Parts: sequence; structure tokens; C-alpha cells
Amino acid sequence: MDFTKVVNKTVKEIKPSGIRKFFDLANQMEGVISLGVGEPDFATPWSIREAAMYSIEKGKTFYTANRGLLELREEICHYQKRRFNLDYKPEQCIVTVGGSEAIDLALRTLVEPGDEVILLQPSYVAYTPGVELAGGVVKNIILTEENEFKLTPELLEAAITDKTKAILLNYPSNPTGGFMTREDYAKIVPIIKEHEIMVITDEIYAELSYEHQFCSIAAFDEIKDQVILVSGFSKAYAMTGWRLGYVLGNEYIIKLMNKIHQYVIMCAPTAAQYGAIEAMRNCDHEIEKMRQAYLLRRNFLVKTFNEMGLKTFTPQGAFYVFPNITSTGLTSEQFCEELLKDQLVACVPGTAFGEAGEGFIRVSYAYSIEQLKEATKKIKIFVEKRTK
Amino acid sequence: MDEKLLLSLIENNARLEVTDLAAALNESEENVQETLKKLEDKNVICGYHTLINWDKTNTDHVVALIQITANPEREYGYDRIAKKIYQFPEVDTMYLLSGSYEFLAVIQGKTMQEVAHFVGSKLACLEGVAGTATLFVLKQYKRMGICFDDDKKDDNERLLVTP
Repeated sequence: MDFTKVVNKTVKEIKPSGIRKFFDLANQMEGVISLGVGEPDFATPWSIREAAMYSIEKGKTFYTANRGLLELREEICHYQKRRFNLDYKPEQCIVTVGGSEAIDLALRTLVEPGDEVILLQPSYVAYTPGVELAGGVVKNIILTEENEFKLTPELLEAAITDKTKAILLNYPSNPTGGFMTREDYAKIVPIIKEHEIMVITDEIYAELSYEHQFCSIAAFDEIKDQVILVSGFSKAYAMTGWRLGYVLGNEYIIKLMNKIHQYVIMCAPTAAQYGAIEAMRNCDHEIEKMRQAYLLRRNFLVKTFNEMGLKTFTPQGAFYVFPNITSTGLTSEQFCEELLKDQLVACVPGTAFGEAGEGFIRVSYAYSIEQLKEATKKIKIFVEKRTK
Repeated sequence: MDEKLLLSLIENNARLEVTDLAAALNESEENVQETLKKLEDKNVICGYHTLINWDKTNTDHVVALIQITANPEREYGYDRIAKKIYQFPEVDTMYLLSGSYEFLAVIQGKTMQEVAHFVGSKLACLEGVAGTATLFVLKQYKRMGICFDDDKKDDNERLLVTP
């Protein structure tokens, strides 16, 4: 039987992940030092783990409401108010299986065949396939290093057409570490309002903001109802493996998103939800501890890369630096493959995040300073050999 | 320079070099060096020790907590008698406490006999010491924020490359 004929054409044509390819390569080798990981190096704070275990001990092992425990949704609303001054009600919230599910729900709820969704490139690996699976057409905006990978009003205006349904934002950004301040957003908000396009904002790295206080685009009242805010527990609380996120937005949109969620997922894992209540309620200090550690590591990496001749702008959020490797004369993929073979150090080629990532590598600083030091010493040896 | 940040960096790793501290703090090496010197002079930084789990070595090593009741002295309160106790090299750590006894001293020694001898012949005989109770440590689980169990290295669990 020819299985290529029975499968869905869109799924068949999704490009294989550049990350996956690189993972396979690195995984075959012994003694690799990796700076390629997109998750915190900290273990989940103990009080969160303990709260989840206690819930299991108490037999809280059943489904929860589709949208998640009311107690957790209330805590999420309190948290958003306390940390970012955003007003949401529990009815405007769904607890999801990671931020990833929330993005999928948002895209599938909004997009009809042929609708355009604007993505900012380089971007997180799941956005393009997400739009395509929802039947949409990706419209890319290429962000540049000169602009520190910010979205400008000119770029946005030029990308909007009659078919534009939504734009997907991700600040602080994976992979670039790009950041939008309140002032940066203020310039694009009138365009979003005028064209009545929806905004899906993936704010999973919100708590990892360094120089500036984080500002959500949902903080602009004039477009708040157009914004679908996606966040989660993975990055702020080091809870990647728990697979827990949430989405906030206009009540009507949330109600429709819940139609998909209830049939596809039923509800997010119950024990994880109990852990998350503890996270939202009592763990602000844990966030701060981790944020400070990341900040120090970021400073270390930015200085080290610039000193070895790889131009690196200072990212103001997330836990990645995005060095420009064009001075070596190599492509992103050549750089990463040869670095891996030559020095056993794994970084991710910028092109894993779309063609706009050519000329860059993504380096994660979810590692201790000692590990970063050891790895960057090796990268320096490699770069010196290449630029001689 | 943010002294607290500098202290938080070296509190958990005294082996970080000045160049690394400078890079992490976005400061010059000279500045970091001077600040460290200043903090040492002011006795804010009191030492750069190594945390050792002696239980894992083939060394005779016992730890005991001694609860000490003591009488205060006019003018000095508890400080003079405290000093007489903590000057002994056997005393590793010592606190003045609220509650039913005055001091808690942590004593390190090679054997139980050695610790008992120290308490009986030196500590308990001091003028001002009214009584002692010795509690021997059977097992250390955690010290200075570090767990002594072997399953704490969890970063190997992460996949090598993830989005």
C-alpha cells in the first residue's frame, strides 16, 4: 500500500525540524557539551513538586473542568494582575497542555483556509507548521539584527493585506532574545487597531526580562480584546516537563477555543495543575532567583562572544544569545556542524528557526557559568582557526 | 557595583575567577578585585571554604551538637563566656540562642571518644558553663544549601538539543 497517498497532504509537506536533525547528529557523538537546550537547567522548585505529590496522595487524580481548576484560573488572574497589571477573569482563561497547545487552539479558532497569519522571522519552530495545519498562509516579516529583532510599524504596515487574519508575536523571543518595550508596542498598536487584526502573543518568557520591565501588548486597552495571550509555567518556574500553559483573551474567543480543547484534550493534567497553584501563589521569589542567575550568565556570554569576534547584541529577555557568525565565512549550518565535529560543542543553527536565521547561531544560557566558560573556550578555539 | 550580586555569585562558587565575575557583572576586573578586597577587609567575606562530605572518605570524622547552658556576666553578658568556648579549635560553629539553653556549639572530632573527652575535660569545666548536653550526628543530609545525596545532578536528564 502506498501510504504517501493516504496521508494528509499538509502534514506530509511540513518540513522536518532543523532542531531534530541537529539533535540526531549531536546524539550520535560522545562527550558533547551542549548549549542547544531550550529549557531551564533548574529543577522545579521543591514546594511545587511537593504540592503536586500531595494532590496525588490525596487522591486528586480525576479530570478537572475542561478549562482547568477554577482555583488555578483565579490564581492565574491574580498573578497577571500582580506581575503585569493585566485584568482578566477566570472565564477568560483556559489551562492548556503547555503554551504549545494554546497557540494551536488560537490558530485553529481564528484561521480559515487562505487566511494570512503574520509571523516574525526568525521564529520559534512551531509557528509555521501551526499556521499551515490550521489551513492558513504564512506571511513572514524578516526582523533584523540592526533593529535588535524588534517589530517596527513600517514592517508591520507592509505585511498587512486584505487577507491578514492575525499576527503571532513572541517577545521576549526564542531564538533571538529580542524584546519589545511599552514604547515599541505603542508604535504598532494603532496599526493593529485600524486593520482589526488579531494578535496571538506568546509570552512564555515574560518573567525573564532584564533591563526593562516586561510589558504585554494586552496592556493596551484599545486592542485588549484583539489579543490572545499565551503563557505558561515552563520557563518562569522551570516546569517544562509538566506540560502546563494557559491562554487568556476575550470571553467569546476563549469559549470557542474551549470547544476544540474539550474534545481534543479534555483537560490539562490534574497533578500539574495543583503544582501550578502553588507556583502562582507562593513562588515569585523563585522566579527572581532564576532571573538573576540568567542575567549574570547572559552578561558573561555577550562579553565572551563579542571578545572572540562574533558580534552579539545584548538580548533583553529569554535565555538565548544570537551571535552573528558571518565573519567566519561559514553558513549557520556549516558552523554548527563543524563546531560539533571539531570541538564537540552543540549550538543550534539560526536556520533551524527559518531562513532569516542564516548568519546566526542560537546559544542557550540555561547552563551554569562554569559550563558556559568551558564551552565558549572551545568555541573560541574553533573561531580562531576559522578566521585565520 | 552591586555588591550583593557579587556575593550571591561567589557564595555558591568561590572558584569563579575574577575575569568571569567581571563578565557576569558587566564590570571591570580591577573593580571586582577592589570590591572583593574591601569585602574581605570588612569581614563580610570571611573565607573561601570547600564543602566536603567526610562520610564519603575513609576518614574518622564525627560531628556533635552541644547544647550549653551558661551564666551571663555583669558587663559582658554572654559574650565573654562564648569567646572562651569558641576559641577552641574543636568548635566549628557556635550560636547564642533564645530558648531553654544558651549556646549551640558544633564540634568536629575524629572519634566519639575524642569529642566526649573535649566536652568533659574542657568545655564543661569552664567557669560560667552550667551544663552541657551532647548530641552526636548520625548522618548529614544537607549542609549550606547543598544536599549530600547522589541523585542531585539532574541536568543530564535534559535532551541535548531542544527547541
